[in-house]
Amino acid sequence: MKVLSLNFLQCAVKTCKTSSDSYPLHPKDAELVQDEIELNEDFLVNIMSRVDWTALCTTATELGFPALPSTPPTTETLRADGKTLKDLHSLLLETQMVEGKLVCGSCGHEYAVREGIANFLLPSHLV
Amino acid sequence: MLPTPDTSHVAYERVYEPAEDSFLLLDTLSSPTETAFLHSRFFKTPPPPPPLVIEIGPGSGVVIAFMTAHAAALFGTQSILAGAVDMNEHACAATNKTVRKAVSENRATASTAFLGSVQGDLVAPLRDNSVDVLVFNPPYVPTAELPVQRAGDDEVRKTKDSFEEDSYLLALSYAGGKDGMETTDRLLDSLPRVLSDRGCAYVLLCAQNKPEEVKERVRGLGGGPWKAETVGSSGKKAGWERLQIVRIWRGLTYALAVPRLT
Repeated sequence: MKVLSLNFLQCAVKTCKTSSDSYPLHPKDAELVQDEIELNEDFLVNIMSRVDWTALCTTATELGFPALPSTPPTTETLRADGKTLKDLHSLLLETQMVEGKLVCGSCGHEYAVREGIANFLLPSHLV
Repeated sequence: MLPTPDTSHVAYERVYEPAEDSFLLLDTLSSPTETAFLHSRFFKTPPPPPPLVIEIGPGSGVVIAFMTAHAAALFGTQSILAGAVDMNEHACAATNKTVRKAVSENRATASTAFLGSVQGDLVAPLRDNSVDVLVFNPPYVPTAELPVQRAGDDEVRKTKDSFEEDSYLLALSYAGGKDGMETTDRLLDSLPRVLSDRGCAYVLLCAQNKPEEVKERVRGLGGGPWKAETVGSSGKKAGWERLQIVRIWRGLTYALAVPRLT
């Protein structure tokens, strides 16, 4: 699962719906691999409007990446600075979490990730 | 005609094999009316934020792979995010492979941002207001009861024999309970939470689901007003083989993309 997927996933436990700590989920014991994906500058510039930067900063740090700046890079920076573009491309699109757990900050439930697939199925008492 | 993604690697004894319902979805999503609709939402100058396209219950992955590989044709842009949620972990693995294959064979039109397949129950793991295009080919066959949902617990899984497990997994893909609507109704009820303001959903129904009643119910969902119209159908056949695709979207007049101030 791409790192960017954590921008869109939340704890599935019913009682966590109203909690703001149920997103983003926190990776634990994560094993990462790098895909090789063709870099598309326009796509990355466009994607920025869908990225929850605050959540991404949390996720990146938890995965052991160097800390991201507190404000997202502007379109101008992305178009001018090849390294920033490449680093973002690598983090968002090329980095895959293949094993580990995703932990809810509200209820503590741990979702297992195996072979790149996170398991959000719950025992019936939590649904 | 856009090529159908190859699913020959998929184990059909435990993952749904593409059938008439899958192909009706592909035909409808790539039809002139839906291409116009999707372009009008997601292909503008300056470009709006890329849509998040999620298939619930992708099975082999043929539909979400089609949408990801042919994004430029369907949405007017390769800039889409895509993903899938399926209860069946074999379907998740199959979908990941189907998407990879289809994307590698269609580099000129494909999105490079398929986020992955997640094992889960309908839209439970997805954030509020996050999905822009939701696609659902439900288990729509009327059955006496739904397959029993097992716990997400590995210990329970290991005690079942393989044949029983495979039967359960395939039953998940077709068994819809009363009027074939028990799972579809849960999905429809979740649309107000999970769809974005500009979001839309494509849901497949068969005649026995009573589509006109379904559309009326959708129009009355909370967080509306909602629109629901039949945008594709499989022609005149008997019983559950008379299929149609319903497009569901909010009846708001939403603002066109705000010009970016550079």
